[in-house]
Amino acid sequence: MEDHLQNLYEVLSKVEGYVYPNEIELNWSILIVLYPYITGLVAGAFILASLERIFKIKVLKPTYGIALLTAFSFMLVATMPLVSHLGKPLRAYEIMITPHSSSAMAIFGFVYLWYLMVVLFLEIWFDYRRDMVIWGNESTGVKRFLYKLLSLWTTDISPKAVALDDRIGYIVTVIGIPSAFLLHGYVGFIFGSIKANPWWSTVLMPVIFLFSAMVSGIALVMLIYIVLTKVRKQLIDMECLDTIAKYLLYILLIDFALEGLDQIHRIYVAEESFEALHKLVFGKLFYTLFIYQMLIGTVIPLLTLGTLQFYKPKAQIRKLIYTILPLLVLAGIFFMRWNVVIGGQLFSKSFYGYTTFKTGLIGTEGYLMAAAWLIIPFLILSFLLWLLPPWKKIETSHE
Amino acid sequence: MKEDVTKLSRRNFFKAGTVLASGVAIASALTPYDGLLFAAEAPGAKGKWYGIGIDINKCIGCGKCANACKQENNVPKDPFYFRSWVEQYTIKNDGSILVESPAGGVNGFTQSVPDADIYKSFFVPKMCNHCAKSPCTQVCPVGATFETEEGIVLVDEKYCIGCRYCVQACPYGCRYIHPEKGTVDKCTLCFHRLKQGLQPACFEICPTEARIFGDLNDPGSKINYFLKNHTCMVVKPHLNTGSKLFYNALSPEVR
Repeated sequence: MEDHLQNLYEVLSKVEGYVYPNEIELNWSILIVLYPYITGLVAGAFILASLERIFKIKVLKPTYGIALLTAFSFMLVATMPLVSHLGKPLRAYEIMITPHSSSAMAIFGFVYLWYLMVVLFLEIWFDYRRDMVIWGNESTGVKRFLYKLLSLWTTDISPKAVALDDRIGYIVTVIGIPSAFLLHGYVGFIFGSIKANPWWSTVLMPVIFLFSAMVSGIALVMLIYIVLTKVRKQLIDMECLDTIAKYLLYILLIDFALEGLDQIHRIYVAEESFEALHKLVFGKLFYTLFIYQMLIGTVIPLLTLGTLQFYKPKAQIRKLIYTILPLLVLAGIFFMRWNVVIGGQLFSKSFYGYTTFKTGLIGTEGYLMAAAWLIIPFLILSFLLWLLPPWKKIETSHE
Repeated sequence: MKEDVTKLSRRNFFKAGTVLASGVAIASALTPYDGLLFAAEAPGAKGKWYGIGIDINKCIGCGKCANACKQENNVPKDPFYFRSWVEQYTIKNDGSILVESPAGGVNGFTQSVPDADIYKSFFVPKMCNHCAKSPCTQVCPVGATFETEEGIVLVDEKYCIGCRYCVQACPYGCRYIHPEKGTVDKCTLCFHRLKQGLQPACFEICPTEARIFGDLNDPGSKINYFLKNHTCMVVKPHLNTGSKLFYNALSPEVR
C-alpha cells in the first residue's frame, strides 16, 4: 500500500501535460500484457497443429504433437495473469456463474473454457488414448496409475476403436480451427470494442490479434521443436522447418499488412486523437514500437524469411537462422502486446498529456511475477513431454 | 432381440437430443441475444430520471465541490483518487491550451500564466456523467456496476472483482480502484443523501449554484429550466454514451 502510493507520487512527478487525476495510475500492467501474449501462443500453436491434421500437410508431422502439447500447456496458464491481477482474485469465479451478457470479458470465460476443455483437451485425449493404454500396460507404479487414470481406464485398442478415436479427433480439430480463431479474435475484441480509447478502438483489432497470434504460436513451436530435437540428439527435419518458415513468412506478411493498414488509416483520417497518438508513438513508444516490434520483430524476420524463399544457404546456416528468427518474432509480438496494452494507457483520454509506466521487480504486478507466468507453461510442457512423448507414439496416419 | 433394444434406445436418445437441441435453438432465436445491442437502446425511464447541469460561467474554481466529495464519501486523500474534481483551462494568446488540476482542485487554484498572456480562462468541474448508455456498465463482466431506475450509475463493491475493465471503458476518467478495497469506486450522486431527500454534497456546497441536478422527466424541475434556458452540451458527444451531465458554455477545448 505504502509502496504503491510512493510509486504513484513518483509517476505523478513524471506526468507530462494534463491527465485526468484518476489516470495517473496505469490500471492494466505487465500481467495484462502477458494475457493476450500467452493466449496468442495457444491459438497460434493450435493452428499450426491443425495444418498437419486437417490440411494434410504431412511434412509438418514432426511438430504436430509438440504443437498440441504446447498449446495445452500455455492454455492452462492463460487466464492466470488475469486472475492474479484482479483486485479481488477470490471472486474470479463470478465471471463464470453470473456473467454479464454485454461484457466482452465475461463471454471470454466461456470461449476460453470451450477451447480448453472441448477442443484442446478432447483432441489430445483422443490422439493419445491408445498410446496411454499401451504405455499404462508397459509401465509400473505411479506412472502406470497416471496413464490408467488419464485414459479413464479404457482398454479397447482394437483397430475399430482406434479408428473411432481418430475420427472423433478429426472432427474436434475441424471444430477447433474456428474455435482458435474465435479465441484470439475475441481477445482482440476485448480491446477493440473500447470506444473510449482511440488507440484500441479499431475494428481491425480482432483480426490483427489473430494473425499476430498465429505468428507467435508458429515461431514458438518452431523454436521448441529445434531445442527438443537438439536435446534428444535427433536429426532435425529440415524440410519440416523450411515449410514452417514458409508459413511463418506468409502469416507475418498478412499481419504486417493489417497493422500497416490500421496505422495508415489512422494517419489518413487523423481524428481528434491523432496528435496525442502521434506524440505517443514517437515519444514513449518509440523503442517498443519502431525498434522492437517493427524492426526486430517484423522487418528483419520478413526480409530473412523472404530471402530464404529464393536463396537457400546450407542446412547448418538455415538451422541457425531458424533458431534465432523465432526469438526475434516472439520478442516482436510481445512488444506488440505491450504497445497495445501499456501504450493504450500512457496517454490521457483528454488527449492533453501522458502518464508513465513504472513497475518493480517484486510484488504481484512486478516483473518477477510476470516472468513466473511465462516460465510455468514451459514447466508444464516439460512434464507433458515426459508423460506423453509425441515421438514415442505409434505412427498413425491421421487419414 | 437385445441388440434391438439398444438400437431403439439409441435412436430415442438421438431423437430426444435433436428435439432438445432444436428447442434451445428456437428459444434462443425468439429472445435475441441483446448483449450486442447495449449502446443502441434508447433510455426508457419512467418515474424519476436524474440529470446534472453545470454552468461553467458560474464556476469560480473554489474547489469546494471536490473537497466536499472527498469528505462525504471517504475518498482517499491522495491525489490519484477522485469522484469529483475541477479542471482549470487557460487558453493563451498564442493559441496554446493549458489544462491544470493540482490535487484535483480540492485546495482551489492559482493562475500560473501571467495575465497579459491569457486569452481566456475558465473552470470545468468534472464528475461521473451518469450516462444512460454507460460504457462502463456495458463492459463489467459480472454486472457489479449498474444503472438504477433513476438513471444513476452505481457499483456493488461486494460484487466487483476489481478487473478494471470499466476504468478503461469510461471515456471521462471518472473511475478509480480503491487502494484499500481493491474494488472500483466512483461518484454515486451521493445516493445515500438523495434517499434522505438531501442534495449531493458537491451540489449543496457550491457557493455560486453552478451545479444543478434534478428529474429530467419532470417538466417543472430545475434541471429542465436550466436546459431550456441555456445552450447546453455534453463532453465527447460523438461517443454516444448518453451522458446526462450537461454543461452550459462548454468550450470545444474541453475534453
